[in-house]
Amino acid sequence: MTSALFYDRLQFAVTATFHYLFPQLTMGLALLLVYLRGRALQTGHEHYHEVARFWTKIFALSFAFGVVTGIPLEFQFGTNWAKFSNFAGGVIGQTLAMEGMFAFFLESSFLGILLYGEKRFSRRVQWFASLMLFLGSWLSGYFILATNAWMQHPVAYTIAPDGRLFVDSLSGLLTNPWLVWQYTHNMTAAVVTAAFVMAAIGAFYLLAGQHVAHAKTFVRTGVVAGAVATALMGFPTGHGNAKQVFEHQPVKGAAFEGLFKTERGAGLLLVGQPNVETMTIDNPLVVPEALSFLVYDELYAEVKGLDAFPREDWPDNLPLLYYAYHVMVGLGTILMSIMGLALLLLWRGRLFRTSWLLWILMLSAPFPYIATTAGWMTAELGRQPWLVYGLLRTSEGAAPLVHSGNALFTLLGFLGIYMLLGILFLFMIVETIRHGPGPSDVQVTAHPVGEAA
Amino acid sequence: METFWYAVVTLMLAVYVVLDGFDFGVGIVYPLVAKTEADRRAALTSIGPVWNGNEVWLIAAGGLLFFAFPKAYAAGFSGFYLALIIVLWLLIARGLALELRSHVDHPLWRQFWDVAFIASSLLLALVFGTALGNLIRGVPLNPDGFFFVPLWTDFMTGPEPGILDWYTILMGFTSAAILALHGANYLAMKTDGELRARAAGVSRLSRFAVVGLVTLTLVAIPFVQPAFRHNYAAHPIGYLFPLLGVMALGAAFEARRRHWDSAAFGASSLFILAMLASTAWGSYPNILIATTGPANSLTITNATAGSYGMQVGLWWFLAGFGLIIAYQVYAHRAFWGKVRLGPH
Repeated sequence: MTSALFYDRLQFAVTATFHYLFPQLTMGLALLLVYLRGRALQTGHEHYHEVARFWTKIFALSFAFGVVTGIPLEFQFGTNWAKFSNFAGGVIGQTLAMEGMFAFFLESSFLGILLYGEKRFSRRVQWFASLMLFLGSWLSGYFILATNAWMQHPVAYTIAPDGRLFVDSLSGLLTNPWLVWQYTHNMTAAVVTAAFVMAAIGAFYLLAGQHVAHAKTFVRTGVVAGAVATALMGFPTGHGNAKQVFEHQPVKGAAFEGLFKTERGAGLLLVGQPNVETMTIDNPLVVPEALSFLVYDELYAEVKGLDAFPREDWPDNLPLLYYAYHVMVGLGTILMSIMGLALLLLWRGRLFRTSWLLWILMLSAPFPYIATTAGWMTAELGRQPWLVYGLLRTSEGAAPLVHSGNALFTLLGFLGIYMLLGILFLFMIVETIRHGPGPSDVQVTAHPVGEAA
Repeated sequence: METFWYAVVTLMLAVYVVLDGFDFGVGIVYPLVAKTEADRRAALTSIGPVWNGNEVWLIAAGGLLFFAFPKAYAAGFSGFYLALIIVLWLLIARGLALELRSHVDHPLWRQFWDVAFIASSLLLALVFGTALGNLIRGVPLNPDGFFFVPLWTDFMTGPEPGILDWYTILMGFTSAAILALHGANYLAMKTDGELRARAAGVSRLSRFAVVGLVTLTLVAIPFVQPAFRHNYAAHPIGYLFPLLGVMALGAAFEARRRHWDSAAFGASSLFILAMLASTAWGSYPNILIATTGPANSLTITNATAGSYGMQVGLWWFLAGFGLIIAYQVYAHRAFWGKVRLGPH
């Protein structure tokens, strides 16, 4: 367990997991900010403008942490996964370079305008800048998921005589069928995170009796967006993802479900701990025939278990994968119920007076993060032992000359730095919440620049 | 086609050095020129809206290198493992310093981030100069196309060098001096009053360091990398680049003497572009030169990503590049002119 490969994997897992805490909030907030800034523009009310400004601050914080933790990921393809980069760069170099060219410049240019241009630009320009930020961040997500989708389900490539892969159809790469469910599922999850964070801060202000007018807008926006998004998480996007896993990566699907033996009328396992040695589940709680029905729309369809595949093709950390999958699905269900209930009370006009549900909304902010992290662990641990599914094993992808001493050193460095970053981020968020949404602290000038042309 | 992408990657990197270079430079001269809190805020506001966009050029250049020459990307990034990870940590510190400094109104908080900003800017300028020195000197590539260099070995150039040797260290200092000049020129252009005057003063002073160090690095090149001679001997038109560089540097000094702030900044930008173009001209067609014999060098032919990929990339690159120019011009124009601080 002390090989360079182990540290390479752990370092990528740590840096990718930590990084993704930030973009999931920014991508989701980007959508909600387009709405809030649009309302500000449409109603002309200072209220929506203040709400939008508060959330732009949170957005900018999360964006800044996302940028600084994102650069290491792009570097690590080369530093730690050099053989993989050499092998697959002829394909995924396309999507990664396109992300830089089309998404990053767009985001950084318009964020500068939104943050520093309060005085210089009209509200129409500010709304347009938030629309561009939404477009940029969702494009960024698209190119990254196109890269990941290709690693899950390689398409549109040829093999050169020296064994390296080259892309043979850019449109094929960008319209990988795997992307449809993966992208929609992932982006909906980002909206879920943003909706929960928005509702949680609103619930906090309502319970504390501060900024009540703003807080109601936070909760209303968060609950409506959250109810729609959590519902979409399950159906159709989650269901679509699971079906394509069983179709193209059946061994991953079997590992999700803890299905050791091939069965007709396989049950859906809700609770139980997998024992890889004896290939059994402790204290199982099963819904009979449900798995067969969900995957094949037929109660007695055969679902292949792990025993149908050679052991060297099993995902290498089976229990962790199994738990990640169950945590994702379980939390997804809970989040959906919370938002459904909140929406019902909002519609009946009672949500703002129902303090127990406001408490739940306030305390549930961390859970979409956990669910999203578990979801990505499901996707990535499930891809093992492959780095590029069916083509390159993870053990063949690492940098050949970076030895474990160097890899451990940088892993420790990342752990330390990221712990500090996490503390700093929470501190900044708490400061921002304490400061609260308020009237503008900068006067809008009489002749905004954007109107001049 | 490979030559086109070689030029594109060089161009992207050169634009990166010019753009992020001025905000590194602002960080290097910051302790010398910004004496009051108002100065510091003015200096930071001058780069605040644009530094992040400037840094994106590095990411885009890295992405394009990966796309066009994946083998060189894989070899280079894993070979310079420690240096690159340290760059990442410095970029994290610097990004946070710029974003977080203004968020908490407390003198110790601001002081902490000021020091982080200065130190990370200076170290990054040194490291990037060292990196360029490594590319010029070459790296110990093995026949599989990989290498690994420790931070230092015996500080000599040779078949088994480290990241730091006498030449790459010299390059590091040269880069720090050039970026200090460039950053001072930028600040002089963007600010008023005493801050502008001090920035102009630093710019005047730094020219001695720049001229001295640049001369040393140029004189050293034939000893460090004799192969650079070949391209210049075969195509003497390449001498135009260093010539242009020298003229631009002279113009930068002259413009400074006449208090033409924008012209001085334009000239120091041109100087950097010309010197990087000169390096690329000498290195072509190598991306990574092997110290273990020319057969191991990674060139634009043996590191390529294949002809279909490069051709289809041309379309999206041109479209993307047009968009980038549009946003960047828009963003820089929006914050054109001298920094004006509002009530804080």
